Amino acid sequence: MTTNALFSIPESSGHDMVTIAFEGRNLTVPAGISVAAALLSNGVSDFRSSVVGQAPRAPYCMMGACFECLVEINEFPARQSCLISVQDGMRVRRQLGASAINIKDEL
Amino acid sequence: MTVEIADLVIVGSGPTGMAAACEARSLGLSVLMLDEQAAVGGQIYRGIEVASLPRTNILGDDYAAGRELAANFRVSGATHLGGAVVWNLSSDGTVDYVINGKSRKVTGRFVLIATGAMERPFPIDGWTLPGVMGAGAAQILLKSAGAIPTGSVVLAGCGPLLYLLAWQYFRAGIEIRAFVDTTSPSAYLRATRHIGGALRGWRDLVKGLKLRTALRQSGAAWYTGCSNFSVQGNGRAEGLAFSHRGCAVRIPASLVLLHQGVVPNTQLSWSIGAAHRWSPEQLCWEPVTDAWGRIGEAVIYVAGDSRAIVGARASAIQGRLTALEIGKQLGVASDIERRLAVLQRELRQHLHIRSFLDVLYRPLDEFRIPGRDDVIVCRCEEVTAGQIREYVELGCLGPNQTKAFGRCGMGLCQGRFCGLTVTEIISSARGVGPADIGYYRVRPPIKPVLLSELME
Repeated sequence: MTTNALFSIPESSGHDMVTIAFEGRNLTVPAGISVAAALLSNGVSDFRSSVVGQAPRAPYCMMGACFECLVEINEFPARQSCLISVQDGMRVRRQLGASAINIKDEL
Repeated sequence: MTVEIADLVIVGSGPTGMAAACEARSLGLSVLMLDEQAAVGGQIYRGIEVASLPRTNILGDDYAAGRELAANFRVSGATHLGGAVVWNLSSDGTVDYVINGKSRKVTGRFVLIATGAMERPFPIDGWTLPGVMGAGAAQILLKSAGAIPTGSVVLAGCGPLLYLLAWQYFRAGIEIRAFVDTTSPSAYLRATRHIGGALRGWRDLVKGLKLRTALRQSGAAWYTGCSNFSVQGNGRAEGLAFSHRGCAVRIPASLVLLHQGVVPNTQLSWSIGAAHRWSPEQLCWEPVTDAWGRIGEAVIYVAGDSRAIVGARASAIQGRLTALEIGKQLGVASDIERRLAVLQRELRQHLHIRSFLDVLYRPLDEFRIPGRDDVIVCRCEEVTAGQIREYVELGCLGPNQTKAFGRCGMGLCQGRFCGLTVTEIISSARGVGPADIGYYRVRPPIKPVLLSELME
């Protein structure tokens, strides 16, 4: 679900910017920020669905402890988006349920 | 695989880790620092090297104080590896970590766990909804990305960090819809018994009072002594409901920031089988160490908030003390007793306020031990408080057994966000103290590792 962004980054002018793709949508964001910060400030309000109940989830701790911010990055599943910095050309998708073990082979 | 060796391997680059590294380098020790984050600072000084001047001004003097430490660390000659995720630690000082998609190994003659604190779980109805975060998490977004809330925001809970964030948002021009304070009215009275200590730490006390005065004047709606929390919303947070003086209140909000203090991040110390004690004052587990932070006979030390919550400045001093003690063990430090004594005096100055804060901001039972059966406790495996109480009725004695009953604590977070709650729910249901209920057995890998990362 994409809604009004929960956060904004007002001081982004003057920064080096990079472009990442979230589920096909290009997001231009300040270099150096985490993937989680990039998504939260661009209207992505849920990052994954829970493994048991398929309920929407989003970052809770922002420091690598809660694992609620998991996404697929460049086809690698279950990445902690709060610990990974944005890189130009990065491809990000929601992590739906448990990660598939053979995801690389499928693609 | 080549195994590197360092005199001291430090896990974590917050105030403890940076200060320990500087001290160890001044003794001539070789130091390797491993940190999950890309840049130094830990959570308290997150983004300290890149934060703009306006952002630093919003965050305040205590944050800006981290600059000097980070600058000293950078010229200390310590090796810093950012983006290094430690997944295994052995009692002999061997550390396994993943960096750039590959697992590496390093052996420290000594290892310092400086993994700091994490926010205490705040299990209430609806806390798994998107739009509900820790106040510390929102503060990390501000520090690391300059990100601020756009919509209606509610801050709820208690503790210094929550007031600090409110003050920082106020300075950033963000309107806080409501501040929902859970500090118990009777806690103020109980805390006055510790006023002697608080007065000896008067600088901290004055800082806290200034903060609260500024917030009172900010005009945010302020509710005190609140209970019966519930985050409402369909698929995302839409508001916080609670009881206030016998009345039901509902505040619409797209962002609900929860906080009730921080607890030591003990995942590494548990994983090496260290004994831990239950702190009845801070309501959390603390690794059992000697006076210098050494865990048993292992070559492993723990300092700062990952030993017990002491705050940033005390953590830095503990880091230096531990480095000196390690220098003594390695026979490299001279006039060490004098230096230790000086630092210990300094440390005591920063600890005066602690018992006052512990009593004043002691999280209430209802926010640690959910009364409602439908509140999710284990967020990963979606196990509720009611289910855990059912396990107890069926004969479940402690946290480890809840895994067999219903996978509680077996998700990716490995119990980090349910462990304390599970211990206390079982303790309450069985009428047995937390110390006798115990905790999960934490085993490596303490972070998920891909098989491709283990391949040569």
